[in-house]
Amino acid sequence: MIIDGSEGSLKKFLSDLPPVDQVGAEARAAMLSTRSIKTTSKAWAIDMAISMVDLTTLEGADSFGKVKALCAKAVRPDPTDLTVPSVGAICVYNDMVKIARTELDAIGGKDIPVAAVATAFPSGRASRAVKELDTQDAINAGANEIDMVIDRGAFLSGRLGEVFEEIKIIKELCGDKAHLKVILETGELVTYDNVRKASYLAMLAGADFIKTSTGKVAPAATAPVVLVMLEAVRDYFALTGTKIGVKPAGGIRTTKDAIKQLVLVNETAGPDWLNPSLFRIGASALLNDLLMQRMKLRTGHYASANYVTMD
Amino acid sequence: MSGFEYASAPESKAIANIASSYGLFINGKFVEPKKGKSFTTINPATEELLSKIAYADKLDIDLAVKSARTAFTKVWSKMPAKERGKYLYRIARIMQERAREFAVVETLDNGKPIRESRDTDIPLAAAHFFYHAGWADKLEYAGVGSKPKPVGVVGQIIPWNFPLLMLAWKIAPALAAGNTVVLKPAETTPLTALLFAQVCQQAGLPDGVVNIVTGDGITGAALVNHPDINKIAFTGSTEVGKAIARSISATKKSATLELGGKAANLVFDDAAIDEAVEGIVNGIFFNQGHVCCAGSRLLLQENIADEVLEKLKKRMSLIRVGDPMDKNTDLGAINSKEQLNRIHEISNTGDTEGANRWSPECKLPSKGFWYPPTIFTGVSQSHRIAREEIFGPVLSVLTFRTPAEGIEKANNTMYGLSAGIWSDKGSKVLWAAKQLKAGVIWSNTFNKFDPASPFGGYKESGWGREGGRHGLAGYLTSDAKAAK
Amino acid sequence: MSRIDVNKTYKLFIGGAFPRSESGRVYEIKGANKKFIANPSLASRKDLRDAVVAAKSAHPGWANATAFNRGQILYRIAEIMEGRSEQFVDEICALEGVTNKVAKSQVEAAIDTWVWYSGWCDKLSSVTGSLNQVSGPFYNFTSPESLGVVAIFAESKPSLLGVVRTLAPVLAGGNSAVLIASENYPLPAITLSEALATSDVPSGVVNILTGKSAELAPWVGSHMEIDGVDVAGLSKKQEEELKLVGADNLKRIFRFNLDNHPERILSFMEQKTVWHPIGI
Repeated sequence: MIIDGSEGSLKKFLSDLPPVDQVGAEARAAMLSTRSIKTTSKAWAIDMAISMVDLTTLEGADSFGKVKALCAKAVRPDPTDLTVPSVGAICVYNDMVKIARTELDAIGGKDIPVAAVATAFPSGRASRAVKELDTQDAINAGANEIDMVIDRGAFLSGRLGEVFEEIKIIKELCGDKAHLKVILETGELVTYDNVRKASYLAMLAGADFIKTSTGKVAPAATAPVVLVMLEAVRDYFALTGTKIGVKPAGGIRTTKDAIKQLVLVNETAGPDWLNPSLFRIGASALLNDLLMQRMKLRTGHYASANYVTMD
Repeated sequence: MSGFEYASAPESKAIANIASSYGLFINGKFVEPKKGKSFTTINPATEELLSKIAYADKLDIDLAVKSARTAFTKVWSKMPAKERGKYLYRIARIMQERAREFAVVETLDNGKPIRESRDTDIPLAAAHFFYHAGWADKLEYAGVGSKPKPVGVVGQIIPWNFPLLMLAWKIAPALAAGNTVVLKPAETTPLTALLFAQVCQQAGLPDGVVNIVTGDGITGAALVNHPDINKIAFTGSTEVGKAIARSISATKKSATLELGGKAANLVFDDAAIDEAVEGIVNGIFFNQGHVCCAGSRLLLQENIADEVLEKLKKRMSLIRVGDPMDKNTDLGAINSKEQLNRIHEISNTGDTEGANRWSPECKLPSKGFWYPPTIFTGVSQSHRIAREEIFGPVLSVLTFRTPAEGIEKANNTMYGLSAGIWSDKGSKVLWAAKQLKAGVIWSNTFNKFDPASPFGGYKESGWGREGGRHGLAGYLTSDAKAAK
Repeated sequence: MSRIDVNKTYKLFIGGAFPRSESGRVYEIKGANKKFIANPSLASRKDLRDAVVAAKSAHPGWANATAFNRGQILYRIAEIMEGRSEQFVDEICALEGVTNKVAKSQVEAAIDTWVWYSGWCDKLSSVTGSLNQVSGPFYNFTSPESLGVVAIFAESKPSLLGVVRTLAPVLAGGNSAVLIASENYPLPAITLSEALATSDVPSGVVNILTGKSAELAPWVGSHMEIDGVDVAGLSKKQEEELKLVGADNLKRIFRFNLDNHPERILSFMEQKTVWHPIGI
């Protein structure tokens, strides 16, 4: 055991982590963003990115119709080209889980997981009981993945044990029924030191994935934040032998953005993480841009948005 | 395709209009050398011929110095300072406009990755002109008295590691201060200097203010020994720097010397390890280690040495070695056969003296000059690889137990150009910065350069500074120093 | 019978002590009136070596003293000299053959020189350092630091002021010094060392040798532990020869033509530039 479960041992472990130098981390991320990905490697990267997309809708206006359309898109992102892979998952609020699961199963998307945001997403401001119920409800509705938010207030005021306990409890609820993604909401943690600490805290508490953001707070999945989280999963693997996944979410809208993420993965955590089981991209608009770039590569001329489906 | 292999992403060579031959740039025109001799410059990554270059001997140097003298007395020193400044602004702008062309030519002639010439060398060179342009009409605030005067005609000799950037470090402050120059680029990398001569023409710079003479060490010596030179500015090896100091010992010439280094890069146990690893890599593998201030001696605090080394090796295996024109290349070609031999020679003593060599797996191209990124562990202070400047992608790793021991080892060298400190503790960083005997201290960063930041060494790393107000002062006469 | 004067034995000043030359050699100094004054030591290259060892070991302590503290010590030298000014005046009169009034004004100028440089110690960084506006999230500053051991060949005349105007700036910058007094006018330098010994200057920070510059200059030039040289008292030819051998460790070698100028301090200092990222 790395820690004995007590708040003291957790705090000691987290405070012993090496610090992150902001300027250095940002410089490294910026350098990696200059990688030039062309031709065959671009084609490979686009398909990989599509298969990693957690196709997301998290709006107050979400309806059954909207979610069903999203499911169709998830299974066959480009109805005119069946070589396009399905996306990594569908990500919705918990009252949409059931319809999403049913729809996916009905249209040939049995293998596409449904992820539900939980624990009073996006703020996380609710009682423990509500958060547990929220999670249980989603699992009962057939969610395969739970995207929980951490209690940033508790984290920032130093009540790390509370944050840890909450993740553990949610993880127990997930059991073997659902994978747990833990959203750090890095935009509210502000410093890279906090991102690193929260990443470890979540991993120690049982996260299967660590996720940057809710998408409701800016900045979200910036390259240096993802870099720091990828370093964390890489080093956690070296320490424990367990591979934890990473999910950037928020602000990744273009193919260029997505490929930069893949370069970050490739040169930080390593090629093992270039797999939808260990890396996901939370996005909605991104998918269409990936499809347009894919058309451009295939046909040799620039694509029109009229040829990708708008849902 | 298995996995994420980056397909080749070559920068186009089309933008580089390299002529089949170049003359000397004297008095605003390209002229043939008096004796008609020439030499060639090749692409070190492919060994392909790039161009035939005029070889300047004593007669040509004399012409160039005469043209610089005339331009100095008749034009440049008389011109209103703000007009002088405007020429420098023009040059900066033209360099920015032609940045891509400069980057491609630099990479072809030098072998450095296009990413570095594009993102570092060329933008910084233009920035040096822009920075110094603003000084031209503010010299009385440069800290050398209320009536600063230019030195006169300056002979400038630059190395092959950052050809255009070193040219900018030399020419920009010299011109801003009202001097005229005769500059000799390195034998293996003359092309961007000749391209710069075209920039001077485009900028309408008065004839003779900048003269570019190409050649070898003998050409350089002729420049140093020319009686009508007032100052020598040299960047290169300590050995040649000392020879220049001797050559001018019985003359009135002054000198700025930017010489060798064997910089210590100290990593303390409270450092931000991931960024320190980046800094170590950037410190020694930037520009193939062809950097006088390279962090070539890594000093690790013993209690984190294993952890850092493990991460360093992992990181080193990501270094992409190969075609310098590929935008994804991190480590390019060694600049010349001669330099490659020198790297082999000194590095091989690491093996024979008992240090442990490690390089990541990497395929080196069959043509051209290449050396893999290399580290030696188990190095002690007495090993040659810990004392001599290798000027290649070879890092010597040593350890220390206490901060005081780290500093002692760091300072245990005849050089004093630069040093690195990695620690998250402010007071320790400032303590170490104070103790280290080096002209540039990079704390929690490495190999950063800026026109506003003075650069230069302690001890046998040189005389004077380049960059910033302190560098500019080297091109102005001080009333307190005796006219020798 | 009138009282017989108690004459002073003029010795070297090395590491805070007053030894004779290890060589046992002395040479004769006569006054302007051709009368014998003293037999100062004729320093050898080994005395030079000892002086450099003392200077080298004293350097870190002196360089790391606060600038304010160094300023106070330089001012203290002025105080002590003021109390001994009669002695300096007498020596200058005897050596240089000048009037009491001329000698007195030289002594006053020398004392005032210490005061002037005393005030410089803690202003050097402010006046000559800089905070550099680099393009990036970095704090970047440049400040002067001492060079190390500086050798000084003092001018012959004015015999006291020539010593002080070369020595004071070297000390103000935090260097330790090995001063070679002028061959024919060395006595005020030795008397100054007596003042230095009682004015809180740490042992070894100043070392004073008497003897022949021509004999010592090549050894100074080639000594690898000497970092800088003020060649005020050397001939043009000696300076050139010293520069030739001094190139072996790239000594900083200078001659100045203005009194009391900060350039005299800064020429024997290095500018250090420190970078640090700005971030959270």
